Amino acid sequence: MAFELLLGAWVATGLTLFIFTFLYQDNPLFKLAEHLYVGVSVGYTIVKTYDTVLIRLIYEPMVKQGDWSLLIPLGIGTLMLARYLPNATWLSRIAFGFIVGVGSGLAIPRIISSFILKQVEDTVRPLISIAQGAPTFTYNLSDPSSNLNTIVLLIGVVSVLFYFFFSIEHTGPVRVAARTGILFLMVAFGAAFGYTVMARMSLLIGRLSDLIEYADPQYGRASLWLGVATVAILLLWRVQRREQPPDTG
Amino acid sequence: MIFLRRQLPLVITFVTGVLFTAQYYVPHPRSELMLTEVTKWLQIIGGFALVLGVTSLFHIHAVKIRRKEPGWGYSLVLYAGIFGTIAVGFSYSFAAGQWVNGKETINGIMTAFGWIYLNMMVPLQGSMFALLAFFIASAAYRSFRARSREAALLLIAAVIVMMGRVPLGELLLPVSGDITQWILNVLNASVRRAILIGISLGAIALSLKIIFGIERAYLGGGKE
Repeated sequence: MAFELLLGAWVATGLTLFIFTFLYQDNPLFKLAEHLYVGVSVGYTIVKTYDTVLIRLIYEPMVKQGDWSLLIPLGIGTLMLARYLPNATWLSRIAFGFIVGVGSGLAIPRIISSFILKQVEDTVRPLISIAQGAPTFTYNLSDPSSNLNTIVLLIGVVSVLFYFFFSIEHTGPVRVAARTGILFLMVAFGAAFGYTVMARMSLLIGRLSDLIEYADPQYGRASLWLGVATVAILLLWRVQRREQPPDTG
Repeated sequence: MIFLRRQLPLVITFVTGVLFTAQYYVPHPRSELMLTEVTKWLQIIGGFALVLGVTSLFHIHAVKIRRKEPGWGYSLVLYAGIFGTIAVGFSYSFAAGQWVNGKETINGIMTAFGWIYLNMMVPLQGSMFALLAFFIASAAYRSFRARSREAALLLIAAVIVMMGRVPLGELLLPVSGDITQWILNVLNASVRRAILIGISLGAIALSLKIIFGIERAYLGGGKE
């Protein structure tokens, strides 16, 4: 087996075990892996940003294609760094003004179109279908566009909107609508919870299958040796902590 | 000078805000070109925002090391992670015969940068998020009590969705897969839709307040 594959297996196994030691309690091995994670992620982002922004978006269009209009965003970006100059901090406001202004301007029509009109359009659909010239009502629950599901969707959207509508007091029919909204919300929160748990479980299964794979002799039984080493280090750390006098500061 | 410091940023926000709101309703090639250009500009400016963030991170950990605060050694590990990854990201790949420059593979050959991504970032990220599975399960065990009708609904929905997404669950309760799909595609979709409409209305109100200079918190403090 190639050396880089073997080393990769050992490093990946070690880091995975170090992170999982947090299940015992916060400890130096976890902190080491945690800080390494932040460091590697930041380093990776810097390298990727250099490649995408500095080379592909600035250097190549400016130097190879002569697109000097890019000096404007460069200037605006530089103004952001004025935050570090105590007497010129206000210059960064120009950059923030530009970013926030463009962002707000871009957001308004797109939000109206995609998140309000489109959502309302998908909610307000015919409650009865016409098939072969005659009105029909479809009950198929497994089809999200069936008439029954259309009614459930409509009730759900309207009742949840009522629940979040605080301009009128929740009494009488409004209270009934708001209470129905709570029921829908609870089911959705439960579903979101279950979905998240399963997504995390899937990640966990991925990590555990890697650990099982790296316990193979062709990887030098990395999972077993590093598992034993991790437990030994944790035991040593625990003993050392017991021997230390309690911090009275 | 006061105009430059206080009014100019607001004027820029107003002009760009109105301009890019109007842009959506002008289906002209020049208008589309303006949108493409400004999207590129925002990406470039975003790169400078990264500089701000990274500088702040460097500063915090440099202070920890200088003052030898508890756990300062971990800050060194963080620095080693950053500089090590950057060095590898810009190194020369002898196997591929060219500079790496942030590429994970060159002509099908994995670079050292790709090795870091595959054997350090992916396991660390996966393990960190997988760790949450344990905490979510433990929190659920402690807090999931069907004390009321609403709590019972939440509990039942969560259990059905969890069962419906694994083969064992479908084996124990064959209809759980179909019910899960119905909960996700109909009940959950309706709630998401309503929440999305609410959030959108709030976002539009906030955007309008920003454009008209009513909301100014984004300008921050500092000398006037």
